[in-house]
Amino acid sequence: MATLLQHPGYEEEKLQKVAEKLLCREIQAGMLLLLMGNPQQYSYPSVFIYGHRSSGKSHLMHILLQELELPHATISCVECVSVALLFEQVLLSLFGCDAASLLPRSPSLSDFVRIYRQQCAQSPAKQTRYIVMEKAELLRDMDANLLPVFLRLQELVEDNVTVILLSEIVWDKFRPNTGCFEPLLLHFPDYSKGELQQILSKDCHPSYSAEFYSSYIKILLGVFYSVCRDLRELRHLAALNFSKFCEPLEEGKVKESDTHKLWRNIEPHLKKAMQTVYLREVSSIQWEEMQQMEEKETGAVRGLSAHTHVELPYYSKFLLIAAYLASYNPARTDKRFFLKHHGKIRKTNFLKKHEKTSNHLLGPKPFPLDRLLAIFYSVVDSRVAPTASIFSQISSLVTLHLLTQVGHDDQLDVPKFKCAISMDFICAISRTVNFDIVRYLYDFL
Amino acid sequence: MSKRKVKEAHLPIGECISQVQRLLRERLCHQQLPEQPEGVEAQHKHLQELLRRTAVHGESNSVLIVGPRGAGKTMLLKCVLRELLEETEVQKNLLQVHLNGLLQTDDRIALKEITQQLHLENVVGDKVFGSFAENLAFLLEALKKGHRSSSRPVLFILDEFDLFAHHKNQTLLYNLLDVSQSAQAPVAVVGLTCRLDVLELLEKRVKSRFSHRQIHLLSSLTFRQYLDQVRAQISLPDGFPDSKFSQDWNAGIKTLCEDKLVEEVLQRHFNSSKDFRSMQMLLMLCVSRVSVAKPAIKPADLLEAGRLCFTDAIANMLHGLSILELCLIIAMKHLDDIYEGEPFNFQMVHNEFKKFLQRKSYSMYNFEQPVIMKAFEHLQQLEMIRPVDGSAAKLQREYQLMRLMLDHSQIMEALQKYPQCPTDVKQWAMSAFG
Repeated sequence: MATLLQHPGYEEEKLQKVAEKLLCREIQAGMLLLLMGNPQQYSYPSVFIYGHRSSGKSHLMHILLQELELPHATISCVECVSVALLFEQVLLSLFGCDAASLLPRSPSLSDFVRIYRQQCAQSPAKQTRYIVMEKAELLRDMDANLLPVFLRLQELVEDNVTVILLSEIVWDKFRPNTGCFEPLLLHFPDYSKGELQQILSKDCHPSYSAEFYSSYIKILLGVFYSVCRDLRELRHLAALNFSKFCEPLEEGKVKESDTHKLWRNIEPHLKKAMQTVYLREVSSIQWEEMQQMEEKETGAVRGLSAHTHVELPYYSKFLLIAAYLASYNPARTDKRFFLKHHGKIRKTNFLKKHEKTSNHLLGPKPFPLDRLLAIFYSVVDSRVAPTASIFSQISSLVTLHLLTQVGHDDQLDVPKFKCAISMDFICAISRTVNFDIVRYLYDFL
Repeated sequence: MSKRKVKEAHLPIGECISQVQRLLRERLCHQQLPEQPEGVEAQHKHLQELLRRTAVHGESNSVLIVGPRGAGKTMLLKCVLRELLEETEVQKNLLQVHLNGLLQTDDRIALKEITQQLHLENVVGDKVFGSFAENLAFLLEALKKGHRSSSRPVLFILDEFDLFAHHKNQTLLYNLLDVSQSAQAPVAVVGLTCRLDVLELLEKRVKSRFSHRQIHLLSSLTFRQYLDQVRAQISLPDGFPDSKFSQDWNAGIKTLCEDKLVEEVLQRHFNSSKDFRSMQMLLMLCVSRVSVAKPAIKPADLLEAGRLCFTDAIANMLHGLSILELCLIIAMKHLDDIYEGEPFNFQMVHNEFKKFLQRKSYSMYNFEQPVIMKAFEHLQQLEMIRPVDGSAAKLQREYQLMRLMLDHSQIMEALQKYPQCPTDVKQWAMSAFG
């Protein structure tokens, strides 16, 4: 396996070390090595590597450049909020801090290329220099000239330098309007299920056997593979849930080979993890605490979305219910729902079939303040006086982002609002005031 | 006199391959200039005459070299300059200033660059000039001092000329072309651009000062000429140290170019783009595979390289999606079909997916809404769906309108290649209406 990577330009043992550290990426490593060629020779000016997240792009580049000890500069475009940071990092990594200090304040591309050329004249490249830019899709949002310049940097600075861009977005979305120097495109395919199993099994705990751990990984993949194929997420989940998996083993209830019992123990737990840790509803620390606690206590731990359930005062709840009804019911149906003596409304055949007009699919509609108050007075069971406290409750609902104000602030007309909460939330609230909201919704007639 | 047989130099095979790689990489990656540029003799002659008139006879000129990307504009200019600089008189006198529209994004920066390239920083010192024209006139005047009464000819090369036309008031262009029209100093302005409509970008006063000389490099290669170019690019020159090796190599290349499969690949390449750069990229992929174990380029290499160049990137990315994300994409495709391309939101897609789960699915699990939302957001990050521009802040995430950026045929193709795709999902995709 180690002899797959061979190249006359690089030492055998270094290549062996690279091959040992890499898993399932031998083909891509081989291809990159071929492209890179002898360090003294030129390589293609720019290479664009694309592939899904956690498919090993940065990992492979990092290992290659470190182990083969090639002069390189690794930049993450997320960190470079301004171009000055980008230039500084490149010059620092390739030429040292003296070169980086030559940059003027708010440097332009012209300054950067000029200083690079000067440095290059002083210390010409004995080996190909590499500039690796991760998250390259952010380069599109920076200066418009930055991407075309880096693609043809070799030509502009007349040096043996190659720029490697890593991104998860395809090259077609990068191309500028008038074209640019096209880089060599390389794809890093995603890991197959077998490869994921192989990579994840490497993290096995020393006190358990490798087969035990890989059976655990198989169960984990069985639950999560259809949802998520991201290696980092799966590793995180595997690390968090392993102790729960080993619990029956430690308590002596089952043996290592009783896979069925182990599966029955862990499967509901993994399903719960999908709703909580996977969604980052609870943090990893909270999850681990939950695993220590008894079954009945776990309900006490509140997820992130539980924090949005604020306790509202009585009238605010009814205001919210009225707002929801105003947003999701068309105005012409108010008569039917809220008046004592109303006629029947006929739902036409056309409306019934055209599912798209269901407001629950399209989103909330804006409504004027008058309509909100009208519905509110008819929904609330006691007599309410229109005092300032009611109006102030409406503005506090807006501050809590349960309602959103639509339209300009100082309009001459009545202010308009939209209801910004989900069906589950409003059902929970209406249950607390014993109000059957489903009966009043047009879509559920 | 003893006849000394010239001993044929034989290098070990590793050394040969290394030399071959070095040579070909310089040619393909580093844009080494060819001995004689092929197919552009008329343009070469025209440009050479023009520059010679400036360099030797002191006449001011301006010219634009226009051609699509990768057509060989910079190569042509460099070849002409190389020939020109072979004359000692020109080499002594001619000054060159290279400006690039991508780097010099401002006239102020451009002026700084001109000052530095003419090595006049010390002369300018801390002077403050009222206008751009004054500054430029001062620079050109400074070139006169200490060198007879006439100024040295200056050659201004403006790469990405069309970007200079976007500067404010086009001051740089105006002043340079003004100098080239008036008899101040012998100045040649050569602009290189990929835009054919570059003259429309110039202001009236700038356009009137331009000589309207354009050299077009529209690659008019026939397929035969293209094949010859390919051969020339990867053949070894006569000066190669090991002559037997280079003969074998060149013979191998000749048979390679006559191979049917190779011709097909090159024809496909030629049909999509005739320019040199894409040819060089294709050949680079082949050359990189040459090693001691495989010391020649085989047709299989070219086939593989062609396949790499034409691979569909979106299909590759679709291959790596999880099955849930793929189902969401199929749901979006159905929505596109039913509502004829109108934008959709998450709730609609979720609804469509739920209908599939209820009626037709037996292998998919009914996931919670937040899990499906996370998959939806992942698709958004991959830019496979994009929000319709509108007020993104005011709407809740579930109701924000999006458009699908994929083509239906791409989705169907990706489904065929998707590993272990459940049959119910495939059938759902192929059915007409959700």
